[in-house]
Amino acid sequence: MDISSKKGSSEPQHPIQIKSRPWAAMSIILIGLLALLLGLMLSVSFGAKDIDLATVWSAIFRFNPDLTEHQVIHALRLPRVLAGAMVGASLAVAGAMMQGMTRNPLADSGLLGLNAGAGLALALCFAFFPGLPFLSLMLFSFLGATLGGVLIFGIGSISMGGLTPMRLTLAGAAISALLLAFSQGIALHYRVGQSMTFWYAGGVAGTRWDQVELMFPWIIGGLIGAMLLSRFITLLSFGEEFAVGLGMRVLPIKIALFFIVLMLAGISVAVAGVIGFIGLLIPHLTRALVGVDYRWIIPCSAVLGALLVVAADFGARMINMSFETPVGALIALIGVPFFLYLVRKERRELT
Amino acid sequence: MNTLRSEPHNPKQARATVFFITIAILIAAVFIISMNTGSLSMSPLDVIRTLFGQGTDQQKLALFDFRLPRIVISLLIGAGLAVSGCLLQGVVRNPIADPGILGVNAGAGVMVVLFITYFPNKTIAPVWLLPCLAFIGASLAALLLVMLAYKKNIGLSPTKLILSGIAVAAGLNALMIVLTIQLDSDNYQFLAAFLAGSIWGTDWRFVVALLPWLVIILPFVFYKARVLDLLNLGDHIATGLGAPVQRARLTFLAAAVALAASCVAVSGSIGFVGLIAPHIARRLIGTTHKVLLPASALLGALLVLIADTLSRVIDIPAGLIVAMLGAPYFLYLLAKMR
Repeated sequence: MDISSKKGSSEPQHPIQIKSRPWAAMSIILIGLLALLLGLMLSVSFGAKDIDLATVWSAIFRFNPDLTEHQVIHALRLPRVLAGAMVGASLAVAGAMMQGMTRNPLADSGLLGLNAGAGLALALCFAFFPGLPFLSLMLFSFLGATLGGVLIFGIGSISMGGLTPMRLTLAGAAISALLLAFSQGIALHYRVGQSMTFWYAGGVAGTRWDQVELMFPWIIGGLIGAMLLSRFITLLSFGEEFAVGLGMRVLPIKIALFFIVLMLAGISVAVAGVIGFIGLLIPHLTRALVGVDYRWIIPCSAVLGALLVVAADFGARMINMSFETPVGALIALIGVPFFLYLVRKERRELT
Repeated sequence: MNTLRSEPHNPKQARATVFFITIAILIAAVFIISMNTGSLSMSPLDVIRTLFGQGTDQQKLALFDFRLPRIVISLLIGAGLAVSGCLLQGVVRNPIADPGILGVNAGAGVMVVLFITYFPNKTIAPVWLLPCLAFIGASLAALLLVMLAYKKNIGLSPTKLILSGIAVAAGLNALMIVLTIQLDSDNYQFLAAFLAGSIWGTDWRFVVALLPWLVIILPFVFYKARVLDLLNLGDHIATGLGAPVQRARLTFLAAAVALAASCVAVSGSIGFVGLIAPHIARRLIGTTHKVLLPASALLGALLVLIADTLSRVIDIPAGLIVAMLGAPYFLYLLAKMR
């Protein structure tokens, strides 16, 4: 009795109180996963042709190539929803990592130059090699994203004084603008802007199995890596001096983190185009729900991000059956009011 | 405020003087070159003769009715956007703030899209209608943002402001994408050029419309520059030093919005000037706003003038050239600084 009461009284005096809510986090993960499963089922079953859940079930577990419905599910809908879930999880986690590392609440993976790099690669493809197959477009777009990331990382590291969060942020903004300017210039000159916009905003429509198989191991690897390194992100988010003071070797950790962000976001951009707002919205939402510990922020972001993209993709298909509303635009239109509410409610300064 | 300048400021002052003289010379040089550039070729001597009233009618027409207003507008826009960006970076204390973050570009963009969606035949409309609409769109977006970020009793918090700004811009951009996909190819091309930032208000009427904003706002913020330095110390210290933090923040924000909206209406989104000119200036002459604001204005003016001159030779919107020239130089500075 005595001991327990002592424990209870000593807890609030703990010197650094990290606001974290593990129970909330765990329930988010659990409920989120269930909702995600439900969302996946619904998304597979409804569409231009409604297919009942029993058929969906049998199509997945007892696939019969003679049935058209099984074919539709297998060839069109399943890869699409799975890609959506993976892309959502990746972008949300990449955004959360960027915000933690740079300590800038505005950071997301777009700041690493990934979107701009992929855009430039796409512009070049559309202008000079029209009619490339989808898979090679995807490959080039990933190469472009990598190029953007490497440029920023390189410039940040060669500069005297090292890769500070501030320098990274500024280099990211400048290089993104530069690459964007080039791709806009090319798009204007060769009049390919509209098809680029379409591809860019296209989301996960038209994803095929081979792409899903290609991206799956990398995305899962990236997510696991992010989880393993998440406690270092928490430390970095309190400030680099703080992390160094606690004996952390900052540079190798940072390089590893960047590599993960590059992988997650680069693949997502290559598969789904730019779904911009999600990397900002989900981490902020998660932080408001579960506190500042990245060991919880990362998995919760992954689940919520996946859920959001699956739901939005489903919505985009249902709004107007014949015309696909761009998923990125839909996410932004739903997410913005919500995000504004979140920002307004937040009492703490996020810097 | 002497405590703020405890470091020896003579070398700094000399540096600022050199900076201002260099920029002034550069602007003058580019001005002359810009006067020579265009479909009607003129030697520098011809330009100077025409300026003093000695040229042929054709030369006078080209200079006074086409080139000069465009040059003046470039200078004004560059200065306005750069100062707007500098103010914003100071007010929200975030280095990646630029006028685009207020949603003004997106607001103007949505208006332009709506306009060309519902009046596809844009030649019928009077020439001033589009800038007016763009101005309205830009101001509405900024107004919406401030209303969203402002909270009774607490006022404006920088982080809330900037996050809301990004959100508003994202929402408007999404709206724009939905509208854009249905446009036909020619109209899309027009919109893309607008969004990339090309100066399309190119006669004296636009100069007259733009000038009052800058003539009133720029001296005002230069005069108030010291308060911005205080804001940069953080709210608590600034309040302690006697700065009216909330009022100052609102004032500067309003100034930044007015500058950005009026410039974007004439130029499209050359928002990058607002991001990069203040940063370059900061790295060259330091962070005291009294020097920084005018320095940003001149740098911005120079950048846009160069970009617009080049964009007449190679057919690319000025906004893109600003990024293509400004970003590498900025990166060089970034890498060089300790």
